[in-house]
Amino acid sequence: MASGYIEIDKERCKGCRLCINVCPKKVIRLSNTFNSKGYHPVEFNNSEGECTACGFCYLMCPDTAITVYRYAAVAAKK
Amino acid sequence: MNAKVVMKRPESLSKMDFTYCPGCHHGIVHRLIAEVIDKLGIREKTIMVAPVGCAVFAYDFFDVDGTVASHGRAPAVATGMKRARPDRIIFTYQGDGDLAAIGTTEIVHAANRGENITVVFINNAVYGMTGGQMAPTTLIGQRTTTTVHGRDSKTAGYPMRVCEMLSQLEGPTYIERVAVDTPQHVMKTKKAINKAFENQINGLGFSLVEVLSACPTNWGLPPGEAIRWLQENMIEFYPLGVYKDKAKERMKLIAHSS
Amino acid sequence: MGEKILVKGNEAFGEAAIRAGCRYYFGYPITPQNELTEYMSRRLPGVGGAFLQAESEVSVVNMLYGASCMGVRVMTSTSSPGFSLMQEGISYMAGAELPAVFINVVRGGPGLGDIQPSQGDYLQATKGGGHGDYRLIVLGPSTIQEAIELVMLAFNLADKYRTPVEVLADGMIGQMMEPVEFPEIRSLDTLPEKSWALTGAKGRKPNKITSFDLDPYNLEKMNLRYQATREKVIANEQRWEEMNVKGADILVAAYGTVGRIMRTVIELAKEKSMKVGLFRPITLWPFPYKRLEELSKEVDTVLTVELSGGQMLEDVKLAVKDNAKTPFYGRMGGVVLTPEEILEQIEKLVKERGGV
Repeated sequence: MASGYIEIDKERCKGCRLCINVCPKKVIRLSNTFNSKGYHPVEFNNSEGECTACGFCYLMCPDTAITVYRYAAVAAKK
Repeated sequence: MNAKVVMKRPESLSKMDFTYCPGCHHGIVHRLIAEVIDKLGIREKTIMVAPVGCAVFAYDFFDVDGTVASHGRAPAVATGMKRARPDRIIFTYQGDGDLAAIGTTEIVHAANRGENITVVFINNAVYGMTGGQMAPTTLIGQRTTTTVHGRDSKTAGYPMRVCEMLSQLEGPTYIERVAVDTPQHVMKTKKAINKAFENQINGLGFSLVEVLSACPTNWGLPPGEAIRWLQENMIEFYPLGVYKDKAKERMKLIAHSS
Repeated sequence: MGEKILVKGNEAFGEAAIRAGCRYYFGYPITPQNELTEYMSRRLPGVGGAFLQAESEVSVVNMLYGASCMGVRVMTSTSSPGFSLMQEGISYMAGAELPAVFINVVRGGPGLGDIQPSQGDYLQATKGGGHGDYRLIVLGPSTIQEAIELVMLAFNLADKYRTPVEVLADGMIGQMMEPVEFPEIRSLDTLPEKSWALTGAKGRKPNKITSFDLDPYNLEKMNLRYQATREKVIANEQRWEEMNVKGADILVAAYGTVGRIMRTVIELAKEKSMKVGLFRPITLWPFPYKRLEELSKEVDTVLTVELSGGQMLEDVKLAVKDNAKTPFYGRMGGVVLTPEEILEQIEKLVKERGGV
């Protein structure tokens, strides 16, 4: 059961993949699309519902392209 | 299900996209500084001094008053600012050429005077903006465009350990070396930057945080591999840790004298 | 204006700055202006200001940059080699439109030179010692009393036009002592507002100060704005002194200390039945070309006298054109010429053309 999710700003993302490298649940991947700068932005791939909203991706992102959300029930517990 | 934002772009950054290379660590450190400015509520009295280097436009990326100094002179510009208006929060953001080559005089003396400013020093062992030449912090054997066979100490001297050097002085209050190669280290870097700004708010003197950073473009490595290179080569030569911390001592002095 | 006090030039410059509302001084020791640096170190803390002896002149000019960004009146003083070190910073301040006052107590050069008075930095001052398309407003005092007025004027012009201003003094006027009067000290709340300053982005958009734009069309716009200011200064701020020019046998162009020495030459010449006129530019930039051109039509010789190899001479030639001959007499290396030797040169010139 996912604890949260992330939103990726496709235009800010430069496809550097630092987020992919640190994601413990492997729920981020490079997309096939291009943004207007010619980069392949990353995309959130949470089909298995594994995201823990740990925020490692946010911590490593050099372009503040990621926003991290935590579901309320989980947030209330913490 | 209801969700709330737990991590998002800090307020103290402007709306501009960062123009840095993919995987450049400038962006991580910019964000941390902005998070700290947000947290401490000092955006409206913070003034920043950008360097000459890849971060020459840094003043465009922060929603604070800002300027850019001539190469290496940011600590002098910051000194002029702080002496004129001691109640403002002044920080410089400098690279290894700016701080450790042309700017050695200015950083040594600002540190020696215990200037009540905050310095964020990005050490990526190479000159970025000008295309990858040797920096004072380039490692022995490291290839750059002006050391194509690898840095040779016989002709090009040795890498410079800035934290170690400056901590010999009586003046500085807080000096720490950190890195942003892992999420854990990123969090530690944020704590260090927070301390460096809090020290200034409390009037405790000079704080410097050296951040070991990757330069994928000029190292010729993709971002992930660049981080590995940093971990395998830079951390051993530039050990992470606190090199000076006189904050408590100086806090006591202030308390006694008031 | 109050009582007259006997004061050394260097110290008078400092006191004048404080009276003008300057409370911040960053400097580095260099002869022959050290008394000014030392004076500020004693005086500024007492008026709620700040003094810092920096690690080099390079650092000094950058501290000026920083303090000026904060909207305060700030100055430094130095001598020729130190002023050379400041050129990059001055170019930055000119490009960023930052006001500040630089007092240059010029000494013999080039290079390490010596510590005696000289006027060998005129071209550096007026033609832009640093890189790029800019000019400093340059003021040339000839007495300590005049220097007091010009230092105060310098701060006003700097703020009015958002530019660095240089007061081009020399070792003579810096070291000598004269009785002078100081005006009342100016209250800081009468100083002009600076909405562009970096005071902290409270209740407004952040201010950015830079001399930098990678888009050439934008940088050109910056330069054009700067040039428009320059035109205003040229139109409104020229200052000079004319002495004894009507019916003069010969016109002498001189500034600063030499302008002062010329007063004695004029008196000595009177005794020999010679009428010597003096044209003394006070703003060396903007140089009063038009007025000198007019005056040059009334004489056949305009002699330029300087403590240099002939630097203001170039501006004199530009003004005079073919209206008159433009000979030169000068001493270099810190040697200060005497009224007698100037008179001798004048006599030679007048004799050559068969006059008097």
